[in-house]
Amino acid sequence: MPLIQLVDVAKTYRMGDVEVHALRGVSLDIELAEFTAIMGASGSGKSTLMNIVGCLDRPSSGRYLLDGQEVSRLSTERLAEMRNRTIGFVFQSFNLLARTSALENVELPLLYAGVSTPERHARAAEALARVGLADRAHHHPNQMSGGQQQRVAIARALVSRPRVILADEPTGNLDSRTSVEVMALFQELGRAGITVVLVTHEPDIAQYAGRIVVMRDGRILSDTRQVPRQAVVPPPVAEDRREAIP
Amino acid sequence: MSWLQTLRVAVRALTRNKLRSFLTTLGMVIGVSAVIAMVAIGDGAKARVEAAFAAMGSNMLVVLPGTSTAGGAMGGFGSMPTLTWEDLKAIQTELPTVRAAAPQLRSTGQVLSEDQNWTTQIFGTTPEYFQIRTWPVAHGELFTHSDVDGGTKVAVVGQTVADKLFGSNANPIGQVIRVKNVPFTIVGVLAKKGQSQWGQDYDDIVVVPVSTFQQKIQGGLKNVIAGSIAVSATGPDATARAETQIRGLLRDRHRLPQGADDDFSIRNLSEIASAQQEGTRTLTTLLAAIAAVSLLVGGIGIMNIMLVSVTERTREIGLRMAVGAKPSDIRLQFLVEALALAVIGGLIGVGLGLAGAWRLATSFGWEVLYRPDVIAIAVGFSGLVGVVFGLYPAHKASRLDPITALRFE
Repeated sequence: MPLIQLVDVAKTYRMGDVEVHALRGVSLDIELAEFTAIMGASGSGKSTLMNIVGCLDRPSSGRYLLDGQEVSRLSTERLAEMRNRTIGFVFQSFNLLARTSALENVELPLLYAGVSTPERHARAAEALARVGLADRAHHHPNQMSGGQQQRVAIARALVSRPRVILADEPTGNLDSRTSVEVMALFQELGRAGITVVLVTHEPDIAQYAGRIVVMRDGRILSDTRQVPRQAVVPPPVAEDRREAIP
Repeated sequence: MSWLQTLRVAVRALTRNKLRSFLTTLGMVIGVSAVIAMVAIGDGAKARVEAAFAAMGSNMLVVLPGTSTAGGAMGGFGSMPTLTWEDLKAIQTELPTVRAAAPQLRSTGQVLSEDQNWTTQIFGTTPEYFQIRTWPVAHGELFTHSDVDGGTKVAVVGQTVADKLFGSNANPIGQVIRVKNVPFTIVGVLAKKGQSQWGQDYDDIVVVPVSTFQQKIQGGLKNVIAGSIAVSATGPDATARAETQIRGLLRDRHRLPQGADDDFSIRNLSEIASAQQEGTRTLTTLLAAIAAVSLLVGGIGIMNIMLVSVTERTREIGLRMAVGAKPSDIRLQFLVEALALAVIGGLIGVGLGLAGAWRLATSFGWEVLYRPDVIAIAVGFSGLVGVVFGLYPAHKASRLDPITALRFE
């Protein structure tokens, strides 16, 4: 059984008097440990699809089974639990809490999972080590480069041991070198059995995925599997710095 | 999320904007400290008033004889002796609301010890008088009914008189003093009572049996009381009834026709005391109103800052929701922040209020009374204000849509 199963999912928004059909019947199965890139122009419905897959939004019609469970009709509170346990988010703008150490940023999902303090520290440190930032645990976001901040965000997504990682334009604010670093990390996670769904508009980035789903006008235009390009990190150049959540 | 974690997150959020948090709590601080200080001072004043009235006597009434009219000129109360010993006996025995009654005959005169002299008040009365005035002896004993019956020359003196005649360390018991050349043996020294509200020294007094007083100090008509009657009612609620009953009894006994004026008057000291207490009650109500207004203002300040904070932290809220915070977690977090602001303000206010009261008290010589219940109520009330005014911002935060919140700039 696929880990993510969307059956004829539609989403309609109402903006004043106008009905906006963001998704017009999308069916998509994503298997465990698959690395999928979703592409499409803005307005193609890829963000809406991500929000539904990420349990941030509910479909207007159709069914969504996550890990075998029907989630499209769950209450807000139960959706929050679902996100907490099954899904890790990575955002374009990192969304780290400012003036808060990397370790505490990574601990955040565990805080809402009710994990005890010693276990929380241990697991957060472990997640930071996994993204290669064990030595930066006590740095604040403003003391780190953009690439490091995005890796902290990935560690935060990993810490609750999710089945799926959803990355929304994760390389949008990164230079090409750090983008490749991040893609290498995602490929490694796929090998470790974590499903990665990536939204991007950069064809270069999509090449690192094993499957490319292209969206247009709320429908899937194409769905192709490919041999992914292996992410090889080029030699270091100067890194940029990005703002965290003020 | 556990309570402790929620509190930690709240404290962290508040300390991130220290100046803003401090300014926000200022409304609470000022309100609570003003109330704490004023209540401490007000209670101190009230306690002093109560102590002063307790010193006068408990549930005490004074019956004064009537006035005489000579050629149109009214004499004052007591200028015409109308109260008889029979009246006193009737008040003592016939009225259920009267606990005790005693005559009060007064004279001013010089009192001599072997080597000192002092001019003071001399009272002639019966042993009930000490009970009415709630005035115990400090040394020795009081004179008894047999002293009154036998007209013995014994005296009980106040602390001031004892000090003036024998020095402050001497034991005056058994010593002889001369009043109007009559030797009296001191049998007791009264406990110190201090001053009345009008500055009169209660302890400047010599008390002798009423019979001896009449025979040796101030003669007069045998049947009437050349003074007043002190009465103690059975309880604080009984003074008004005792007054009515005494009036009825005396009018009966004096055969006053319907419509005629009383030929005596009754002073109810408890009424004066309760009027004073009424005054402090008004003051307390006023303080409560000030407290309510300042807490309201403080609460609005907290609500304002919490709303700003929710807007500023929209993305943080979105992120917390995305990683698994439920709406209830978000609501609790903002509620705890508002609560913490209010309670911290309240606690600082209590500290400042107590310090302020203490400072005022020491510099003006006022009495202050710290009441733990008032402090607890003040802190509890600030907490309540925090919750009430934090509710709307917290609810607003919890209702945010994580998708829109995450995109918020």
